[in-house]
Amino acid sequence: MFQVRIHGRGGQGVVSAAEMLSIAGFLEGRHTQAFPSFGSERMGAPVMAFCRFDDKEIRLREPVMAPDALIIQDTTLLHQVNLFEGVCDAGYVLINSTRTPSELGLDDFFASRPGIRVLTVPASQLALEHVGRPLPNAALLGGFAALTGIIRFDSVAAAIAEKFSGRIASSNVAAAKAAYEIAVTATREASAAC
Amino acid sequence: MLKQIEGSRAVAEAVALCRPEVICAYPITPQTHIVENLGQLVKTGELSNCEFINVESEFAALSVAIGASATGARAYTATASQGLLFMAEAVYNASGLGLPIVMTIGNRAIGAPINIWNDQQDSMSMRDAGWIQLYAETNQEAVDLHIQAVRLAEELSVPVMVCVDGFILTHAYERVDLPSQEQVDAFVPAYEPRQVLDPAEPVTIGAMVGPEAFTEVRYLAHYRQMQALWLIPELAEEFEQHFGRAAGGLLRPYHTEAAETLVVALGSVNGTIKDVVDQLNDEGVAIGCVSITSFRPFPARKLRETIGHARRVVVIEKSLAVGIGGIVSTDVRMALAGAGIPVFTVIAGLGGRAITQASLHDVLTKAHHDALQRLTFLDLRHDVIHREIERLETQRRSGPVAENILRELGSVADHIG
Repeated sequence: MFQVRIHGRGGQGVVSAAEMLSIAGFLEGRHTQAFPSFGSERMGAPVMAFCRFDDKEIRLREPVMAPDALIIQDTTLLHQVNLFEGVCDAGYVLINSTRTPSELGLDDFFASRPGIRVLTVPASQLALEHVGRPLPNAALLGGFAALTGIIRFDSVAAAIAEKFSGRIASSNVAAAKAAYEIAVTATREASAAC
Repeated sequence: MLKQIEGSRAVAEAVALCRPEVICAYPITPQTHIVENLGQLVKTGELSNCEFINVESEFAALSVAIGASATGARAYTATASQGLLFMAEAVYNASGLGLPIVMTIGNRAIGAPINIWNDQQDSMSMRDAGWIQLYAETNQEAVDLHIQAVRLAEELSVPVMVCVDGFILTHAYERVDLPSQEQVDAFVPAYEPRQVLDPAEPVTIGAMVGPEAFTEVRYLAHYRQMQALWLIPELAEEFEQHFGRAAGGLLRPYHTEAAETLVVALGSVNGTIKDVVDQLNDEGVAIGCVSITSFRPFPARKLRETIGHARRVVVIEKSLAVGIGGIVSTDVRMALAGAGIPVFTVIAGLGGRAITQASLHDVLTKAHHDALQRLTFLDLRHDVIHREIERLETQRRSGPVAENILRELGSVADHIG
């Protein structure tokens, strides 16, 4: 089983992101399960959503306690919620930011967990460019496909197109594609550096 | 057709496939998406010959459903939590009058303190209201139970609640196989009511009944639910033949035959329990579990046949009878009366507290070694309880309990798990 936890704030499309991820997995013939964990139901409040992938039926209903991948949609949560709780040693962390993990003050954490692969992508900026609104969720899924390789970009694009329609769908796919390209380049550079 | 959709959407599509003629809607979390989706299906014409009525309250929602059902229409509504309490009087009326309404409950805690998250206190509060109560383990089963519920309700002229865990199922995206309209039409025939308000043939429905006949009317309500104990498995069997997958029935055993410890639960938590049962079996612990689908009528005989060989039974329940402990446990103990099997109650998942594999593993291991108390609150924060009890004992004006605890713990729902 591969488990993903997404952190963000109410109104940023955290729940939709998990849902689209589950649709992408489904389109590849896998069993997937996405569900949200709401705090108080309002804009701006911390929200979590989860997505599980497996080759067999997923019966487990607990929240994702030990994620293989974390997606952080809003860096203002970094010092408010215990975002990294339970993250696996060989896990992935994808952060929506124009800054590097180092500039975000995360050097100590990632130095203590050298197995974790971390990447930042400017998803809000890409969304603003392509969609016209700073909703980072779809773009982050493009980055997620490149960083983890557990899902194909085409499946992500198809899931976005299923969730949205018309120009909103195509512009979100474009934002996701841009994030995907950035992440592919960054991941390639990182493996070259190793 | 296989789809990856939200539980609420799947339930809405299943209900639409059953061709309801009147849908009464009043939104309440976590049920709202169900009636929203149905409203959309009516508006787009995908669900035709159906009147979607926005009402002013839950009491009105069920009252309108009662009126519609009495005129011979197939009527549906959905609610949760305080909404179900607000319609309580009408809940009893619907069953007392023998009107086969189907209602989805998106299970949610009841306040105070106000809480939007999942447990099963709401439907449990109406367990003796004369409705059949079916609990879904997955969204696939939620779909399948709704289709069976319409048949069941109309054959017996008894209303049916289909209980679906709020958020955990209603808001979960998972794989669901939705049948075709032709398949459902072949399984759910047109509604042939036993009683109809018709100006051409006037009758009274809902007359006052005195001591001379009240017991008889109530007995017949009980009689119809006892008939459901036969009909529910029959419908499940017919459903399986027709749709090619098992769903419904009175209860569902899992690794029960060789088990010394048996776990009993209702609804979606059974998925997590099965995973833990597998882990424990791998560790050499002889344990199994039973998912009760039909809580009303309560399948006492079937349950005894299924778990009567166990050395101990653990009931995991998402509701609390304050002052006694378990609600489901009480019925399980009755089913096992005289068998000499200890029944442990584990109160879990109240107000949305996550029921984790780790905690279940721990509590079930303890139970298996007879080291569990008869009544256990899973993951109870003893430190918090002790501090508040101390406050209660040392200060007369100790203040509101919930707010005292919140002040200690920080913001609402900011923990993972």
